[in-house]
Amino acid sequence: MFAPVYFDYNATTPLDTRVLQAMLPYLDDQTGYGNASSRHEYGRKARQAIDEARQQVAAAVGADPTEVVFTSGGSEASNLFLKGAAAAIRPGPTPLNLAISAVEHPSVREPARELARQGWQMHEVPVDPSGRVRGEDFAKTLSCRPRLVSVMFANNETGVLQDIVSLAQQAKATGCWFHTDAVQAPGKVAVNFRELNAAGVHAMSITAHKIRGPKGAGALVLDKRLDLRPLIAGGGHERGLRSGTENVAAIVGFGRACELSSANWAHESAAALELRGQLENGLAAHGAIIFAQMAERLPNTVYFALPDIDGETLVGKLDRAGYAVASGSACSSAQPEPSHVLRAMSVADEVARGAVRISLGRENTVEQVTEFLRVLGDTAFKLRRLTALAG
Amino acid sequence: MLKFPIYLDYSATTPVDPRVAEKMIPYLTEKFGNPASRSHAFGWEAEAAVEEAREQVAALVGADPKEIIWTSGATESNNLAIKGAAHFYSGKGKHLITVSTEHKAVIDTMRELERQGFEASYLEPQENGLITLDQLKAALRPDTILVSVMAVNNEIGVIQPIAEIGELCREKGIIFHVDSAQATGKMPLDLARLKVDLMSFSAHKTYGPKGIGALYVRRKPRIRLEAQMHGGGHERGLRSGTLATHQIVGMGEAFRIAREEMASENARIGKLRDKLLKGLTDIPETYVNGDVDQRVPHNLNISFNFVEGESLIMAIKEIAVSSGSACTSASLEPSYVLRALGRSDELAHSSIRFTLGRFTTDEEIDFTIKLLHAKIAKLRELSPLWEMFQDGVDLNTVQWAAH
Repeated sequence: MFAPVYFDYNATTPLDTRVLQAMLPYLDDQTGYGNASSRHEYGRKARQAIDEARQQVAAAVGADPTEVVFTSGGSEASNLFLKGAAAAIRPGPTPLNLAISAVEHPSVREPARELARQGWQMHEVPVDPSGRVRGEDFAKTLSCRPRLVSVMFANNETGVLQDIVSLAQQAKATGCWFHTDAVQAPGKVAVNFRELNAAGVHAMSITAHKIRGPKGAGALVLDKRLDLRPLIAGGGHERGLRSGTENVAAIVGFGRACELSSANWAHESAAALELRGQLENGLAAHGAIIFAQMAERLPNTVYFALPDIDGETLVGKLDRAGYAVASGSACSSAQPEPSHVLRAMSVADEVARGAVRISLGRENTVEQVTEFLRVLGDTAFKLRRLTALAG
Repeated sequence: MLKFPIYLDYSATTPVDPRVAEKMIPYLTEKFGNPASRSHAFGWEAEAAVEEAREQVAALVGADPKEIIWTSGATESNNLAIKGAAHFYSGKGKHLITVSTEHKAVIDTMRELERQGFEASYLEPQENGLITLDQLKAALRPDTILVSVMAVNNEIGVIQPIAEIGELCREKGIIFHVDSAQATGKMPLDLARLKVDLMSFSAHKTYGPKGIGALYVRRKPRIRLEAQMHGGGHERGLRSGTLATHQIVGMGEAFRIAREEMASENARIGKLRDKLLKGLTDIPETYVNGDVDQRVPHNLNISFNFVEGESLIMAIKEIAVSSGSACTSASLEPSYVLRALGRSDELAHSSIRFTLGRFTTDEEIDFTIKLLHAKIAKLRELSPLWEMFQDGVDLNTVQWAAH
């Protein structure tokens, strides 16, 4: 048996063993299981652990601990912002506007659509062919006076980074509430909420399992001047913004993962960038189209298509050959539609159907990439021959 | 050997059973895939584990695995059930019914819906903590769309008559939601027979991990909900967000163990609780809160008259117990559940919830009985009220001077 090579770090990451060590006392120990709301020793220990994790998370993203609202993950954080803000803003006689970019993750797009069903006017800010929101397009959207704006920090499929600081500065004068889904950013690029906040960003979604923490914990980093309605009521946890018994072990893991990621991200990103260069050179030699190659991107992400080869088919073959890669967004369940991100970048559907995403991480090596490129070449050759025979 | 403080707060949360932790760890380490990843073995492996756990959860409560939706916990399940059904069926009516002693997760959700224009009725339980079918019948309106009644109360452990309520609701075509966070593993639940449409579950009250719960959503007759969390369309569109595989696996294993061991475990715990009950009601002027028979064997909630609540809690630091619901005990308000039973503020404040569980031992109960006897005697020694009571003064007739 050979171990498959994992090339899908944007979908989820393996837990860092040091994170596991931090979590275990709150999972299998005989004193670490308390409910953080209990006043006895067990409860106080849990509360202390959460407080410490809150500081670690805050430190990693340049926020104040009191700005961190723990949730069950990134999707919940983005839902909390959009719906919580929408519920807090008193609707007037005319419908209110909200704006999101055309390349948002479903965890932003779908709650926005839900608000649209409830009467909000939803605007999609277009992106250029490199996947970036252009200032002039954004200005046009802002002229509709949206009360809520959400533009993602880094795209999960293409890895394209938006210039959130300048977009937020542009939006600031309108008095809108500005949110960014930063789930893919920490651990790969610098994220500083203080700077973002100064520019006009009010809230930011992050999650643990993309930075070698556990699944089941995330946070909304939130400017305290914003008064949101909670998405989940009952008990008043997290300053009333998110009720429910805290997931102590996962929160502790999130904190430790943040701490480790702060220490390691620069070095790991440099390594990923090297590998990505190697990968992209090899892909180009196979005739691949690399999406958004010229844009500023996450250092670990390559999104490509081989002409005339279906993406789904290719990832299936690659899986059998021992390579775990993704076609389109990992989070969206079996959707036959081509990626909405590529469509927004004006990529033709027949090209978009070939899309394959490779997202690199700590365990990946030069040898793995070399071998992968060889396997990809063989697989592509065989697939093309089959197509030719069928034709 | 006793380990201090002795944990007698199993209704706040339970330790993760070592067997559960053992099952979880591989999904935190080598089996780390995202169950939504459709393109590779890492994802499929995680998805298979999620589906096995769904079967285990369904099996404990006599449901079809397709009727189980994963959430982050019972609080989210209660929110999803109540808001989701109220919003979906708002065209049919605006009236909701619950009980004033429900968990905050239900009460606060109802309050939120009231702000949105729904109307809610809060049934007041009898002195034993139970509601009657007649009370419910009297509260029904033509525009009632949902009834929410918990199976087991978190503070006093009483079991509401959910089978009978279910019959009534079904007959009237009203959706019936049950918060079973405190019920799993403590009493049999058979959704094949119960006429319950929505049921909330939590893992961490049943020796599973925190951060995971489930909502049962009946398929026949089909109950529909408006999702409360939108995104990638996980859980058939009812609850988006990456599934926390290790937590789900933990909940599955915890519920499997509960199913297999519930009968013998409850018999053992019941004996311990009865010993505790006997040992504590030896103390004069103690009042058991909630019905003694219609009650899970794990719970004992007692008010100790003539001691001050905070002093009592401080005096019994060797045991970890609750004075009111864990989720609200940060406030010094008297428990709203005990108040609803008609207890005075003083008796509510001086109440202790003892909740026993899988790892509670005979020695721990013996110690607890001795501790309470000693400490209550001591506190009462210092209490002028106790002295007056002993002298035969009726404290209700005393005119207290203001100062």
